[in-house]
Amino acid sequence: MSPGAELDAAPSSTNGSAPMANPKIEIRELTKIYESATEPVHALERITESVAEGEFVAIVGASGCGKTTLLWGMSGLHPITSGSVVLDGEPITRPVPDRIGMVFQDATLLPWRTLQSNIEFPFEIKKVTPDQDRIAELIEIAGLTGFEDAFPPELSGGMRQRASIVRALAQDPEVLLMDEPFGALDAFTRDEMNLLLLQLWEAAKKTVVFVTHSINEAVFLADRIWVLTPRPGRLARVYDVPFDRPRDLDLHYDPDFIQLTRDIKADVQGDTPEGAGA
Amino acid sequence: MSRSGQLEQIPSYEPKTGEGHGASSPVDMSSLTAGPGIRSVAEVVAIIGVAVAVFFGLEGLLILTETPEFVFPRPTAVVATLFNDFTTLYLPPLLETLRSFGFGFLIGSSIGLMLAAVITQRPFIEKIIAPYIIVMVTTPMIALVPFLMLQFGFGMTPRVIAVALASGPMVMINAATGFRRTDSAMIALARSYGASTFQIFRRIRFPLAMPMIVVGYMVGSIFGLLTAVGAEMVGGGMGLGNRLVYFSSLVRIPQFGASLSIVAALGVSLYVLFFLVGKRWASWES
Repeated sequence: MSPGAELDAAPSSTNGSAPMANPKIEIRELTKIYESATEPVHALERITESVAEGEFVAIVGASGCGKTTLLWGMSGLHPITSGSVVLDGEPITRPVPDRIGMVFQDATLLPWRTLQSNIEFPFEIKKVTPDQDRIAELIEIAGLTGFEDAFPPELSGGMRQRASIVRALAQDPEVLLMDEPFGALDAFTRDEMNLLLLQLWEAAKKTVVFVTHSINEAVFLADRIWVLTPRPGRLARVYDVPFDRPRDLDLHYDPDFIQLTRDIKADVQGDTPEGAGA
Repeated sequence: MSRSGQLEQIPSYEPKTGEGHGASSPVDMSSLTAGPGIRSVAEVVAIIGVAVAVFFGLEGLLILTETPEFVFPRPTAVVATLFNDFTTLYLPPLLETLRSFGFGFLIGSSIGLMLAAVITQRPFIEKIIAPYIIVMVTTPMIALVPFLMLQFGFGMTPRVIAVALASGPMVMINAATGFRRTDSAMIALARSYGASTFQIFRRIRFPLAMPMIVVGYMVGSIFGLLTAVGAEMVGGGMGLGNRLVYFSSLVRIPQFGASLSIVAALGVSLYVLFFLVGKRWASWES
């Protein structure tokens, strides 16, 4: 088990992990300050990291550590206070629908549209003809065949979230940003979704950044894990996840797996003496 | 929301409490569009059976009690005059009422819908305008008809204006409730695919508001019909309202009953029309 290189939160570009030759996404000194009535809140402070092409990165941390803010900052959907996010050399200052796909906490399907029509929604916004072959293929992989004409309230939570992943993947984005997509699902459905996600990712080799509050899920899915600590939100440590792929659910019982989750959990709780359960 | 399509706030994804989003309006009549559907043949038979029983029961009661025709018309007499004199006595007034109602409702509801869509975007303006809308909703617009006739004469204009004034605010107040229920998660989704403000209106805000818009149209149309007939009773034209006054003053009670039945049928038709529209375009909510 390799705990990965320790990354000091000190403001410097001396990145502990090996500097990336050709990063897909580069985050430079990203800072986000929310102006509140009493005093400004430093949600994120000088985050500097990179995501390689085809890499699966998970961001973990206690609630309120800014992991969702970081992801939204990377998407271009949410303005950052200073610093920059660079995608293939180009700074992101607004949503980049052709290259970045977002999957949200809530499946966010439009209840007045059928599943099929929900998946076609981004095509309508972009004013392009839906790629029906690709949609049909993804629907099949996601196990949603036969439910194309169902409305979201008729689907289970897991099915809705699968549909939202299909919706994002149908756009064939280079980067998939996922904001606690399985947080609302029960443990069994979540395992199932994790396997499906790995299967889709291994087939398509997208670059994925995945925010989660479940350390187990992060270790199971990711190549690397960024640990954020709150107040102010800093990148405390980056872990490499050494396990071979393809991974299966038995990995959860591997002693190295358990040790790594324990280490990360200690890091996550390190700066929160109240001991927020993770 | 900034120009570049960014969002100032990340939507909160806390579990929604019940139907949750969107405050209910002072005239929330969403139950109107959620009536029970007809299930089986037995139900249809029962419904028709009761209607027939009421019709002939009333007829029998009037014969037994020897009620004179000028006190209460027999259902058969009403039906008879409806069939025999439809094109001469009833069709022209029906068309005239439909005309003033149709124009008035079209104008009123369009303005109401547009105002609702625009005003809900500016909460400050909405706060200033809201009291006047409430006043317009609660004031019976028939009361304005004598005044409007002074301004616009005895033609159709005063009635069209009265109908527009009665139905417009009703449509507006309900549609505004619909437009106010913005779902920031859905808007974030659309933004992430590069949606413009107009696309967000068309693809998210409008469908989200649709159930309340249908309710507004249903209530507004019934208010409009009420005002159209009422305005004709107050004065002017040869519409159904005028015929009601005319036939009752001549004690031609079967003809009065026939005119009243047509007015009632119009009201029910409007209800059914918007019920079906709601079923087709806004059924996702129930």
